[in-house]
Amino acid sequence: MNTNSNNYTLIYAVVMVVVVALLLALVSSGLKDIQTKNVELDKKKQILSSLKVDLEGKDAAAVYNELIVKELVVDVNAKILSEVKGEAFAIDIIKESAKKQEERKLPVYVAQIDSKTKYIIPVRGAGLWGPIWGYVALDDDKNTVFGTYFSHASETPGLGAEIALPAFQDAFIGKHILNDAKEFVSIAVMKAGQTAENKEQIDAIAGGTITSKGVENMLLNSIGQYEAFLKQ
Amino acid sequence: MSKLISDKTKDIFLGPLGKNNPVTVQVLGICSALAVTAKLEPALVMGLSVTIIVAFANVIISLLRNTIPNRIRIIVQLVVVAALVTIVSEILKAFAYDVSVQLSVYIGLIITNCILMGRLEAFAMGNKPWESFVDGLGNGFGYAWILVAVAFFRELFGSGTLLGFRIIPQAAYDAGYSNNGLMILPPMALILVACIIWVHRSRNKELQEK
Repeated sequence: MNTNSNNYTLIYAVVMVVVVALLLALVSSGLKDIQTKNVELDKKKQILSSLKVDLEGKDAAAVYNELIVKELVVDVNAKILSEVKGEAFAIDIIKESAKKQEERKLPVYVAQIDSKTKYIIPVRGAGLWGPIWGYVALDDDKNTVFGTYFSHASETPGLGAEIALPAFQDAFIGKHILNDAKEFVSIAVMKAGQTAENKEQIDAIAGGTITSKGVENMLLNSIGQYEAFLKQ
Repeated sequence: MSKLISDKTKDIFLGPLGKNNPVTVQVLGICSALAVTAKLEPALVMGLSVTIIVAFANVIISLLRNTIPNRIRIIVQLVVVAALVTIVSEILKAFAYDVSVQLSVYIGLIITNCILMGRLEAFAMGNKPWESFVDGLGNGFGYAWILVAVAFFRELFGSGTLLGFRIIPQAAYDAGYSNNGLMILPPMALILVACIIWVHRSRNKELQEK
């Protein structure tokens, strides 16, 4: 057979593409359930990380069910839209942030640790190279930071990527996101030697200025949406 | 059995591990060698993934070699590699989620790893499936051991750990030792690869240019 004729080449290409497409579709749909479970489990682990829970050797899903007692969906006016467990968890905050502010559904996770209530708020923003995101856990006064968790897609290792390390995240513990007049001001991330006005601050990462500013803006914008809820 | 491990196949397998190493002699696959060698674990997974993909892509192309139209042979090779890479990436996402997050885009970038296209075009297009399979394994392992060697030094001196376990004791840090930050950054991978090439060339004089 002449393997160099136009017809042969064309048919060969078409058959190859169809076969490969079928194969990939099969694999993708076959593994989808396990993959979704992994993504959900990873999200639960991230939420728990903001509570500084040691998950070493534990089943994250079980710990999550035990500690997270309530999941709330609120809007910017602090109206509670849903308290059904699972609904807040299923919200995709990337999609929500594309909506108008008044229409956004905002998830809040309520945790119970040593019989004290903690509120966990998801945050998302932009770093230097790509998205950064995380969870901020607040004490029951909805003001004092209990713990934070940050992660990133592609920040520079050793510089911006340090936001994922406990040394940076733990600096937020005990800081307040409201000022004395109970207005929301967030927390500043400042270069050493500089002082933020009218708000509390932590040290930025040396060499990771843009990522550090990204964290600052992320906190301001993401937690800012919850202002009404926090003042309740 | 004698046919399966003849001298020729042995050469095909052992060549890429030493004298004809894809990384240190042909200087292929350097990009991923920089990207995934800051820690040992992703380097191991990357080495293994590339080995599996290059071996099976070699077999598939070798089986198809007499039917592939010459004018679209590169496209056919690319499609086979891309399909295999996508399958490996999906499997990792399902069964080794943490690792797949760590490797993120680099799994996808296996497609562009020159070792794969190089072996498919240079070997599998003209050899039988079994030899091609062995050649793929040889080149995959040849690539993998360089990655693992580089990652070993980078993780040990950059983070003081190996596979996440602490190797350099806390006492050393208390006494003033500190991790080398340069080890974590990509340039150090180049320097380490260069050191391996240096040792390799001084041991194999025939590789040196006059």
